[in-house]
Amino acid sequence: MDYMILLHSEEADGDMPAPGSPEFEAMMGEWMAYNQRLIDGGHWIGGASLTPSGMTTTIAKTPDGATVTDGPFMETKEVMGGYYVISAADLDEAIELATAVPMPHCNIEVRPIAFRPDAD
Amino acid sequence: MPLTSEVDAALTELTREHSGRVLAILASRFGSVDLADDAVQDALVRAHDHWPAEGIPNNPPAWLMTVARRRAIDLLRRAESADRRLLASAPELMLDEDPTTPTHLVDDTHDDPAIDEQLRLMFLCCHPAIRQDAQVALTLRLVGGLTTEEIAAAFLVPTPTLAQRISRAKAKIRDAAIPLAIPDDLDTRVDVLLSTLYLVFNEGYLSRSETSAQRLDLCLEAIRLTALLSTLLPDNPEVTGLQALMAFHLARRATRFTTDGELVLLADQDRRRWDHALITRANATLHRAMSARAPGRYQVQALIASYHTNASKSDDTIWARIVGLYEQLAQMDPSPVVALNHAAAVGVAGGPTEGLALIDGIEGLDDYHLLHTTRAELLERADRSDDARDAWRRAAELATNPAERLLIERRVG
Repeated sequence: MDYMILLHSEEADGDMPAPGSPEFEAMMGEWMAYNQRLIDGGHWIGGASLTPSGMTTTIAKTPDGATVTDGPFMETKEVMGGYYVISAADLDEAIELATAVPMPHCNIEVRPIAFRPDAD
Repeated sequence: MPLTSEVDAALTELTREHSGRVLAILASRFGSVDLADDAVQDALVRAHDHWPAEGIPNNPPAWLMTVARRRAIDLLRRAESADRRLLASAPELMLDEDPTTPTHLVDDTHDDPAIDEQLRLMFLCCHPAIRQDAQVALTLRLVGGLTTEEIAAAFLVPTPTLAQRISRAKAKIRDAAIPLAIPDDLDTRVDVLLSTLYLVFNEGYLSRSETSAQRLDLCLEAIRLTALLSTLLPDNPEVTGLQALMAFHLARRATRFTTDGELVLLADQDRRRWDHALITRANATLHRAMSARAPGRYQVQALIASYHTNASKSDDTIWARIVGLYEQLAQMDPSPVVALNHAAAVGVAGGPTEGLALIDGIEGLDDYHLLHTTRAELLERADRSDDARDAWRRAAELATNPAERLLIERRVG
């Protein structure tokens, strides 16, 4: 079964460690280890970290046309900062893998994937 | 041709006592709760349709196992989109077992492999990814063999609502691939299981169905599954506490109904006929639970039950202690039913007026018959007989259990 893992958290306001600093390297190390765990376990299908929500462009589409605006569809305190698409034996394994993301505070949604055109 | 009443009795026994086990075994073998449930339901329908003319088979549980398994295979064959894993496991299932040797079903000992399957099924039904109100419903339906109507009556919700709740939960089990497995994080998963087991016990102890006052089979099923859980978690004081609680309740079983089937209240029960050997064992079980010094709501409830059952006559009950324990319980479980029990205890320990004042402050139990019986008792003792009669009438409108109805109707006068 394939699952989408959506990572929601409050956006860090500039308290991210600077690239090159030891803190940054430590953080990246945890993420690389986590990604490697997904790959080594045969769980990895895809995943990405997203730019801050301020970079979002929203397209409101109707049969009459599309309106493009700046900003996210919904202003929320927590935003989606990244996602994974994984393969897991069952929901318990998906929950275990999702819980292991190296983020101390976040809300994680785990949703089974109904259909993936790139898979058989 | 068998008598209709014989067929009905055999069908009821089959459904309540055996369908859960058959379902658990099939769910495990076929990897699909949905399929197992459909197969068992179809087999029960077939029994209902054919037994009156063809007679009751010699071994109904074995019959159910055989027919439900064949039906599951039929359903699998028809489902073109069936999971490949299921199909891969099908060949082994095609072997026709001798229906006269139901090894999983006749053996009631703890070596019964079906017990393990049932425990897996219970953990599945009580998975945190399933809404709490659906967890209990699903357990009673799949493990306890209750009908959707019976559970709806027990939960005081309309049958279609409950049916939808169950079918949504089953869809999530299937579509999100919730596994049929003993979880790794047992301690966190066990709380839900305990409340489910206690609800199953309570449904048996004082059934809310209109046809039977108590269903000892359900009580024993809950006790059996709790005992099994305790073999997995021997040091969990709440599991042990629940075992003690159920034992204290069960010790009073012989005195709870008159020969006419009317409910006998705790204060009026013949305490000489309580099961004193069981009370002694329950005391030891509770002592073992409490020696872990990690209190919880089942231990507190068991302690309350122990104060009741260890009093040699009703007047010896230490009500002040019971009031204090209900206050502790309310901290752990701030539900209106606990508040009602606390109010009832205060009504005895402190006086009816104090108890009534507390009941008036409880919200959300207007449709709960025991709120009105408790009020009625206290109103009588406060010499407000007109108000008491109104409360008994309101209780009579709401009560479904036949033994409670008899008691209430007599009190209405």
